This record gives sequence, C-alpha cells and structure tokens, in this order.
Amino acid sequence: MRAFSDLLHSLLYAPQRLVKQAYLVQFIKNTPDPDRGYVLSALTGELSIKGVKSGLVRQIAYQKCDPILFDLSYDFVGDLAETTALIWPKADNKNIEVKISNVIRELQNSSGLDASNYLQRLLDQMPEVQRWALLKLLTGGLRVGVSARMVRLAIAQTYGIDINEIEQVWPLIEPPYLELFNWLEGTSKKPEARGRAVFQPMMLAHPLLESDIAKMDFSAYQAEWKWDGIRIQLVSAKNGVRIFSRTGDDISNAFPELVQPLEWRGVIDGELLSGIPSKIGSFQQLQLRLNRKKVPMKMQVENPVFMRAYDILLDENKDVRMYSLEYRRNLLENRMKSELHTPYLDLSEILPNASFTNLQKWREQCRAGGLIEGIMLKDKNSAYHAGRIKGKWFKWKRNPLTADLVVLYAQRGHGKRSSFFSDFTLGAWHYDSKQDKNILLPVAKAYSGYSDNDLKKLDKFVRENIVQKFGPVREVEKTLVVEIAFDSVQRSNRHKSGVATRFPRFKAIRWDKPVEQANSVSDLIELIDNN
Amino acid sequence: MVDTSWLKISKHGLYILPADAYIDPINPVDKAIITHGHADHARAGHKHVIATEQTLAIMSARYGANFANSKTALTYNEQFRVGGVGVRLIPAGHVLGSAQIVLEYVNTKIIAAGDYKRRWDPTCLGFQVEQCDVFITEATFGLPIFSHPEPENEIKKLMQVRDLFPERSIVIGAYSLGKAQRLIALIREAGFDETIFIHGAMKKLCDLYQSYGIQLGSLQTTPTGKIDRQQISLENRFIIAPPSAMGTKWAQRLNDPLIVSASGWMQVRQRAKQGGVELPLVISDHADWNDILRTIQEVKATEIWVTHGREDALIHACRKMGLSAKALSLIGYEDESE
Repeated sequence: MRAFSDLLHSLLYAPQRLVKQAYLVQFIKNTPDPDRGYVLSALTGELSIKGVKSGLVRQIAYQKCDPILFDLSYDFVGDLAETTALIWPKADNKNIEVKISNVIRELQNSSGLDASNYLQRLLDQMPEVQRWALLKLLTGGLRVGVSARMVRLAIAQTYGIDINEIEQVWPLIEPPYLELFNWLEGTSKKPEARGRAVFQPMMLAHPLLESDIAKMDFSAYQAEWKWDGIRIQLVSAKNGVRIFSRTGDDISNAFPELVQPLEWRGVIDGELLSGIPSKIGSFQQLQLRLNRKKVPMKMQVENPVFMRAYDILLDENKDVRMYSLEYRRNLLENRMKSELHTPYLDLSEILPNASFTNLQKWREQCRAGGLIEGIMLKDKNSAYHAGRIKGKWFKWKRNPLTADLVVLYAQRGHGKRSSFFSDFTLGAWHYDSKQDKNILLPVAKAYSGYSDNDLKKLDKFVRENIVQKFGPVREVEKTLVVEIAFDSVQRSNRHKSGVATRFPRFKAIRWDKPVEQANSVSDLIELIDNN
Repeated sequence: MVDTSWLKISKHGLYILPADAYIDPINPVDKAIITHGHADHARAGHKHVIATEQTLAIMSARYGANFANSKTALTYNEQFRVGGVGVRLIPAGHVLGSAQIVLEYVNTKIIAAGDYKRRWDPTCLGFQVEQCDVFITEATFGLPIFSHPEPENEIKKLMQVRDLFPERSIVIGAYSLGKAQRLIALIREAGFDETIFIHGAMKKLCDLYQSYGIQLGSLQTTPTGKIDRQQISLENRFIIAPPSAMGTKWAQRLNDPLIVSASGWMQVRQRAKQGGVELPLVISDHADWNDILRTIQEVKATEIWVTHGREDALIHACRKMGLSAKALSLIGYEDESE
C-alpha cells in the first residue's frame, strides 16, 4: 500500500510529464507482482471495484466523526476522498502494511456491510497518505495527470521495448497484467489472441496546417473523402466478428448486421455510416443506432448502417501493418471483391488527380454535398502505426459554418473555470405568429473557442446584465451578439427552434452588432446538409 | 460572576473600554496593544503602541523607527496597568515577540491569545498556558482535517529531496516574518550547516532575529537585479523566499527550481497543487485543530470567543464540550498568507 500511496503522491505533485514518467518507471522496476499490475490498472482506469462507491465512503465517515464537522470540512476541501482521509482519526501507531493486491481483491469480492467494515478497519491502520490513496482509488478518478498511454510508455521504457508492441498486446491482457510482465521478463511467451476478436490500436490523423501544405508533395499522398460517421474497426476471429469503437470499446451489440460470421480472418479499419452505400443517411440517423444493447429488426430495416472500409491491418492472421499503404490498399481491394463482398461492406473511394488545386476545389464542394467533413490525405508509403504519427495521415476539414447569435443565458464552468460564466446558451430570431413578433429561440450551447481575455470580458458582461436567476443559470439582457462557428446544422425535435448545431464554438464577440441583425432560425435551416 | 461588558467589538477591532485601548487595531488609533508583528495585526499609524520589545523592534524594522509617537515595551509576564485594567503579555509561541494579552478587570480575566501555536519552534518562546474566564482564540486551522505533523519529519523530506535532485535549486516559499527564520533554525537543527540563501526582502528580519541571539547560521542574500548563472550557481542550495516572489522574474533566474512551500495549507492537496508546488511541507505557525481544542481545555475558560478563521466548526465543537462560544467576526485579519 505504501508503494502505491507514495507513487500517487509523487505523481500528483510532479510538474512535468517526464518527471511523472520517471516515477512510473521507478515504480514498475521496484514493485513486485501482482501489486504492480493492480496499481497500474488503477492509473489506466481499467480497475473496477463495484462494491464500494462514494456513498459508502461518506456513510462510514459520518459514523467515524461528527457529521456537521465533516460537512464543514468537505465544503472547505471539496473532495470526498481527501476530506475523509484527512479527518479520519490517527492510526494508533500500528501502521500495519497491507498489500494493495489483497485490499483490491478483498474489496472486489465483498459488498454492503462486509465491505464497509473491512474498509473501516483498513483506514484505522493506515497513515493519512495511504488513506487518501485508497479512497481516491475507490471513489474513482485519481486525477494525478497520468493517461493510460503514459503508463504503457513507462512500461515500454522500463523494459526497453517498442511502445507499439505494448499497444498491440494491451487489449489481450487484464489487471494485474501478469501475462504482460511475465512475457517482458522472459518467463513466458507473448500474449496471444487465441481465437478471440481483439481490438488493434488505430492510426490517427493530424489536422492539416498551412505550414504542412507549403512543404507537401501531394502526389505522394492518397486522397479520400472524410465521411461524417463513426470510426470503427471490424475484427473477424475464430470466435466470431466484433466491432470496436475508436477507443477500443466493443460496440457489436448495437450493430448486429455487421457481425455476421465471415470466412475470412483479419482486421479492417473504416467508417460506420447510416443508410446504404448508394444512399448515405445523416449523422443524426446514425446517432439513433448508438449505445443500444439490442436493436429490433424493424430498426435494422428502417435505419440501416454499413461500413465503408479504408484500411486493412491483419489479413488471414498475417500482420500487414508494416507494409506500405499502397500494398494494404491493393490487398483490401482484392478482399472486398471476394471474401469481404457483403451488402454491408463497401470500399472508400480514392480521389484521382489529387493535385493541390483539385483538393482545394473539392474541399470547398464538401459543404454542398453534405455528409462529408473534408478530405483525408495519407502517405502512400506509410505503415499503419498506432496513434497520431507526424506527417503520415492528415485530415483537412472543410471550413466551419458560422452564424451571428444572441447570448441568452450563461452558467458557470467547471474546474479552473468555476469562477467564470463560461457556458452560454445562444439564440436566433424566429417569427412567432401568435405574438405577431420576432422572438429569440435557443439554437446552440457553446463553451469554447474564446481566448482567456475574451472570457473575462464575457464574464463581466454576464455579471453586469443579469435579468433573472434559474438555479445556476443566469438570464441576461438580450444585447450581445457573438459569432459562432459550427460543423453542421441538424433538425432536432428536442429544441423548440427545430434545429441543433454540431460542435458550436466562439469565433468572435460582435460588440458592434445590433441584436436585430443576428441570424434567424430559417437562416440556420438553409444550412442543413441535404436539405 | 464573569463581567465582559468592558471589552467591546468595534470597527477597529477589540476595544478595552476602561483603558481606551484597542487590540491589534486595523485602523490608526490613539492606543494600541499589539500581539505580534505580522502586518495584519501590527499596522502603522497608531499614536501609542504597547507590545513586547521584540514586536516593537519588528515594527521599527518594517515601518521605520518613528512608526508611533510613543511606545511601551513590556517584558513577558510584567504587570502593567492601563486605565485601571491589568495588562500582562505572555508568550504565544507564534513568532519572535508574539504575546497573548492577559486582561484583568472587575474580577474577570480575559486572555486574547492572538495567533498562537503549540509545536516546537526554536525561534520563539513556547505558548504559556494560563487559566482564565474568557479565552479569545483564532481559528485559522479550525477544522478537524487539520492535523499538523511534527516539523522534524517535514524537514527530513526537504533533506531527501535535496539528495534526490542534486542539480536543482530548492526554493522554499515561506512568510518573511517567523516562518522563514523558523525553517532556517529547523534546518540547522537537522544538522545542515552550509550557507542558506535568502531573498533580499528577508534580510532585515533575519538580522533582527540574530540580534536577539537566535542562531540562523551562515546566510547569504541572493543577488537582486540581473544575475548571470555562470557567476553564481544555486544548484543543490536552499533558497528561502516569500511566497509572493515565486511567480516573479526573480524565481525564473534560478536553475531548474524545485518549488517547496511551507504552510499549514499544504495539507489540502488540491490547494498545494494549485500553487504549482512540487514539495508541500506542512509546517505551520498556527495551532492545528487538536491543539486549539487542547488549549481551550487547558485554560479552563467558560467562554470562548473566536476571532477569525473557520469559526463555525470551532464553535460547534466548543458547544459540544459544554462551553459557551461565539464568533466575533472580526474583519481585516488574513489567514491565507500563513
């Protein structure tokens, strides 16, 4: 337990990434299994202890000390785990060292009163820093500035191995990662899939910047449309076909039509789109299919989906990732004609004659066509790497749409923005026939895009123009126009205006503009793709 | 029968009616009795000031020798009378010269403790426990989450971090009066006898402490103005500076500084983190929760008045102990810069 709390404490105060990584490496070197793996899984967010939640922690804290004093302390500290750790009466110098792996296993297998009693006994024996570390672990979210990727990098660094090897093995292992460490220490073989469908880390694109364009040889790049769907990976293994999201979540249940068994084994990368290849549906239709445990047949028929494939990673269990994109593309095209020839799979088209001039023209046209977010540019010679590799894949998004909207309501932000009114509800004009006048209807909520300086000005505006309070929400005088950028406009039944904007963000504050000149709801309706 | 009608709360602070004197007044007054030299308690501009000799010296160092028309220096436990009120100063253990003010009038004894602590401090006399009818306490750390560790253990962490990062300059943020000198003295007690560097703003007060016989060892002021890193290397050195200097150009000139902060607030991690601190040391010149409660029990007062800090929690705890307690809600005393 001590190694864990010391690590957490050091990570919290370590100012730089490199220092954090050094602490992690030191920890990985010095900590025995299985404690090591359990602690790392707490940092990657893969550890789950279901029997103990914040409510239980609060409950035992109330039993241990005066609830009034606890609440006053909690108000001051603002963190349940830390308040409880600090307020808990001092250990009577017993300080029995417990193994974190035992603690975790014990808590994973208990609930209710057993868990509560066990936890109280533990806290009684621990010094404050250990109480804090344990309670942070149990109440979720360690918040010490360490990502799952950073943990894997530290493991790679400790054993002097390529990060991609760790990334590839990661989906195969579970806390406390004994298979991984045994392999890294040479006492067992590399973990294998053994018939399971396993997610492979995806290659990601960098946004194309002006500075990139200047030095780019466009003939070396393969150009494709960037479709407005959801990035997915189809894995066909001995035990069946699975669909994974970009982050590696198994989302097969929501798309039963895509997981029908295939004769072929391998992994392909592509975009999930709604509709059928000859008639693509909107992103909104696709959203209706997401996050479902079961999809009735009726919905599959009325709101179909398909996968537009653009890359291949494994082919008949041969890893082709280190081959060039050109090679992989050829292979993919062949497979799509034979083993992968199904109604729900389709090939992403390569844009011929992708000169800079043509690309610019096509990017402008994206808007008119809809359903396309921009253009993808991929180095024809590039291997398929996990993560965002510089100079290999670029996304060149179409220009955002913009509208002038009126600030209607404001709310305080979170974290470091908690003292600012930073979240804004914005409205557009609409003619109301009953009242026979123009009224403002909410069309967007924006809380990004402004500079720190602009945020201060917006905050000041809100404070000086409050008309009414609704809980945390402040209604303001309808006097300020702001220019908002957004990716697209969709129809929406949830909003009175009938429209919703995607990813709205601040572009400029139009202090000069009279509110009457802000855009109308009908202006926004005209911007809907495929209207 | 306890009679407290002669001690009032006024807009300037606590007012002793028959003595026509204020305790730690926040505005200029004719007669002021000062508990200790921190700027929010010892302000300039009073006509007559009564305090310990050390506190008067600290005020002179800060505001110039003519900070008051006349001064009365009292030694600890010296009996003195102001307008029929018995006034005695006894050690509060907060900083050099800090005092509790013992007031006696019409068979009632009131102690205004000012800021105080009960932990070890080589730079000032320890808190003197004296029984009274009414005890006026601060509540800077008046929440049960505050439990200050022994300062020796915190100093050990400082030594460890120096060994761990021999190439870095270790900059310790500490209040110029009291905390800085206490830290230096504690570091000396841990056996460290190399030169310790201090920010220019601390020199006067360190000199003053040394003139009162407090051993701080070899100190050197960091050069102000432009410095060339080649000329003076502060790697692996301790540098003590006021917290306000941390974010300034002064700190940027130091080689890869490791920011340490020594304060009671360092116990709350998110607070420490917000300040960009890499090593938080919980060393406080105020009493923690248990020490406040212990002091209240030891002085055997039946009434507890709370001046500033987290008064809600302390009053709740006093009432649970069967004591009468109230908040004075005095304004003008800051607890953030501890």
